Amino acid sequence: MSLDPAVLISSPELILAVSALGLLVWGAFAGRGGTVFTLAAMTALAVAAVAACLGNQGSAFHGGLIADAAAVFAKVVIYAASAAAIPLGDRWFARRGGARFEFAVLVILAALGMGMMVSAGDLISLYVALELQSLALYILAAFRRDDARSSEAGLKYFVLGALSSGLLLYGASLIYGFAGSTRFDVIAASVHAGAAPGVLFGLVFLICGLAFKVSAAPFHMWTPDVYEGAPTPVVGFFAGAPKLAAMVLLARVLGEGFGGALGQWRQVLVALALASVGVGAFAGLAQNNLKRLWAYSSIANIGYALVGLAAGGTAGVQSMLLFMVLYVIDVTGFFACLSALSREGRPMETMDDFAGLMRERPGLALAMTAFSLSALGLPPFSGFWAKYFVFKAAIGAGLAPLAVAALVGSVVAAFYYLRLIKVMWLDPAPGKTDPPAGEAVAITWASALFAFPAVLVALIALEPLARTAAEALGHR
Amino acid sequence: MSGILSLTTFAPLLGVAAILVLRALGGTENPAAVRAAKAIALATSLATFALSILVVLRFDTHQAGFQFTESSAWFAGLRYAMGVDGVSVLFVLLTAFLMPLCIVASWRSVTTRVVEYMIAFLVLETLVIGVFCALDLIVFYLFFEGQLIPMFLIIGIWGGKNRVYAAFKFFLYTLLGSVLMLAAILAMIGIAHTSSIPALLAFKFAPAVQTWLWLAFFASFAVKMPMWPVHTWLPDAHVEAPTAGSVILAGILLKMGGYGFMRFSIPMFPNASWQFTPLIFALSVIAIVYTSLVAFRQTDIKKLIAYSSVAHMGFVTLGIFSGNLQGEQGALFQMLSHGVVSGALFLCVGVVYDRMHTREIAFYGGLVNRMPIYAAVFMLFTMGNVGLPGTSGFVGEILTLTGAYGASTWPAIVAATGVILSAVYALSLYRRVVFGEITNPALGAIGDLGRRETLIFAPLIIATLWLGLQPGLVFHITDASTRHLVDAYRAATGRGGP
Repeated sequence: MSLDPAVLISSPELILAVSALGLLVWGAFAGRGGTVFTLAAMTALAVAAVAACLGNQGSAFHGGLIADAAAVFAKVVIYAASAAAIPLGDRWFARRGGARFEFAVLVILAALGMGMMVSAGDLISLYVALELQSLALYILAAFRRDDARSSEAGLKYFVLGALSSGLLLYGASLIYGFAGSTRFDVIAASVHAGAAPGVLFGLVFLICGLAFKVSAAPFHMWTPDVYEGAPTPVVGFFAGAPKLAAMVLLARVLGEGFGGALGQWRQVLVALALASVGVGAFAGLAQNNLKRLWAYSSIANIGYALVGLAAGGTAGVQSMLLFMVLYVIDVTGFFACLSALSREGRPMETMDDFAGLMRERPGLALAMTAFSLSALGLPPFSGFWAKYFVFKAAIGAGLAPLAVAALVGSVVAAFYYLRLIKVMWLDPAPGKTDPPAGEAVAITWASALFAFPAVLVALIALEPLARTAAEALGHR
Repeated sequence: MSGILSLTTFAPLLGVAAILVLRALGGTENPAAVRAAKAIALATSLATFALSILVVLRFDTHQAGFQFTESSAWFAGLRYAMGVDGVSVLFVLLTAFLMPLCIVASWRSVTTRVVEYMIAFLVLETLVIGVFCALDLIVFYLFFEGQLIPMFLIIGIWGGKNRVYAAFKFFLYTLLGSVLMLAAILAMIGIAHTSSIPALLAFKFAPAVQTWLWLAFFASFAVKMPMWPVHTWLPDAHVEAPTAGSVILAGILLKMGGYGFMRFSIPMFPNASWQFTPLIFALSVIAIVYTSLVAFRQTDIKKLIAYSSVAHMGFVTLGIFSGNLQGEQGALFQMLSHGVVSGALFLCVGVVYDRMHTREIAFYGGLVNRMPIYAAVFMLFTMGNVGLPGTSGFVGEILTLTGAYGASTWPAIVAATGVILSAVYALSLYRRVVFGEITNPALGAIGDLGRRETLIFAPLIIATLWLGLQPGLVFHITDASTRHLVDAYRAATGRGGP
């Protein structure tokens, strides 16, 4: 019996879709999750990642779904980050008496959506993938439905997300109307033949819609509120993988669909990058809540990723991919650490809560220090290497003023990262912290050790992989 | 001998590993563990010092190029490359020489979080030695920038009252300079397609590009050095840092600015260096005269010495950018001498601070009556700071001034007044602290140098006098490399032979 090639190409998606439905039925009959359930969900993601690596490459469903090196690269990271989010979230909710089996199912559905995003080959699959991912995340943000702030976060995310979907759809319809197709390769041919103003107009809307998903300024307004309100492990999940997925999607649209209009979209990306770095650096200075602080930090970091994408070409896209992978690991670790810690049952969220952490929990404080310095981009931590590739690509593409402006922005942002370090290392502790949760500590440590020193070795393998992935995305 | 530089660089990290293992076994505040951590730190730093002596002894003084080179491929075209030449080898020695003294100096005065303190110093030592040994731009940047973290913690945790402000100021000032240098480094890699320092030394950048690259490097090194007007972080950092932190800051970290100018700015961007020489001369002269006057008005001993450091660094930049052999040799010598003398002066302040817990000049007076040995030691280093013939300070000042005179007359003449001004502030400090009758009753019971303190000062006294009486030993080592540097600089700027 031979399988249809489309099945082989879309095997990771099929595995995840079937697993999600299977787990849903299992959970509905059992009534609750449990360790076996959690492990089964993680296994599904692992199997999907293996399938993505081993599966056929090519395009299926009339170009709607593309499996290439870039998709595989992104999918492995996305599935790994999702797999880390499941035990983190399940245990966290269990400790607070709100464990429900739907959590794992929703994470898998979000992972399915993100996997499809990085594989999307036309505007329809782009939209479907994006919405699948977003809907799952809206629910996750409001997962503590008895908590007012969590519900508020979910609602805000949903309403503003719907607005951005509207922008995106409007842009897509304009592109379809003027280019005559939803497929990226056909759009590319139309752009190459001389882009109609309507296509570019649509492209700007499309970029705005995606900028909202990656929380690039000036479409960042939802980020601090949602980060603050949503449950901590959920924030750790949607601060990382979905942004990677949206950046890869953006790179694919711009490379495969609009490679001929580099001069036009580069201006938009440069403006977004500058605005993001500026907002992230300056607005972060006034924050006292660490989740809000990390929201601004993520805005600034997305600015750097956009610098890499704006540089264009293989080097630019490669730098963006490396940046996002290193950033996902960093942010996962940071929020794992945040969800591990509590003081007398109360989650630690403000700067003052972290006072004297170095004396009491040196391991976690060191990890937090590593994440902060990495987000700041100080060598030898992973964030430095991320910025190294991005700025090298930007200067190579003639965007030196942008690179210098973004680097100066990172000096401003240095202040708030240092403030966190100062609070942890220098200030006296106000009281005892509770024993941290094992799985969160494990993930924190794994991420911190990756940030330094494992990154120095890992990059030897990651760098060529990211280059192959970037070559697949159609940027020249 | 291949691999000895990596060994010297990373030897302190072995000590860190040992301390961490010990800490994992025993408690943090357990007195036995603290003592063991101190002993390990001292032993590691002494071992590093021994290795650095070995490097200097095996150094071939007839070669101008890099020696003990190591190189292995890393990722994305980067290489892990190490090597030293006549410009850098003595800085490795200086670092390894000062570090054990710092650890001994902190033996009693640091009482809180001793284990972390020792770790911070050992990590710092690795990073500083790495800066002087790195032969790849990115590896250099890793070491250069990585220092901000341990130094931030040293000032921030073990510093004085206003330590948090000083730590932030130090970090942010230096970071701003460094990120501009990072942009320049990336641009250089983009243009030359290599990050290897020897390859870049041979590469000729277009003059228009040189200007921008030079300015970006200048931003970083001028802050590090520090040059007027970006020197304001230094007095704050010095005053708040613990004694050993000040010694490292003045003795070694400042030297990285001068080293950077000699390693990168002059040989890689000769045309831009030549073009900007008037700017450097102007800033150096202002630094020498202005900060000397500022130093004279200080009421805090440490702040006075900090400002005098800025003035002395003015001589260094003057010498480096004079572009002749006397200037370069003198600048190198002045940096080494200043490393020893200013380090010793900060230790002198530390001695009385440990006893009285104040650095106010007005608090002291008449110390010679109670502390005769201390007065003699302090006198020697004050004279070294002033530049009395016979001490190391003299050789550096006279050579940099001769070099500067050869390049441009007026800056040299104005800078020479700095020699007089340094005598004014240094001697008046000495008079106010040491001479006279004891007027402050609190000083009645102050004791003279203990055995541990004498042990710290002995090598510094020997070094100061040795450098002052036998400067040829240094020039013997630096000669070939500086000669090569000057010849290449003159050829590139079209001024022919020597």
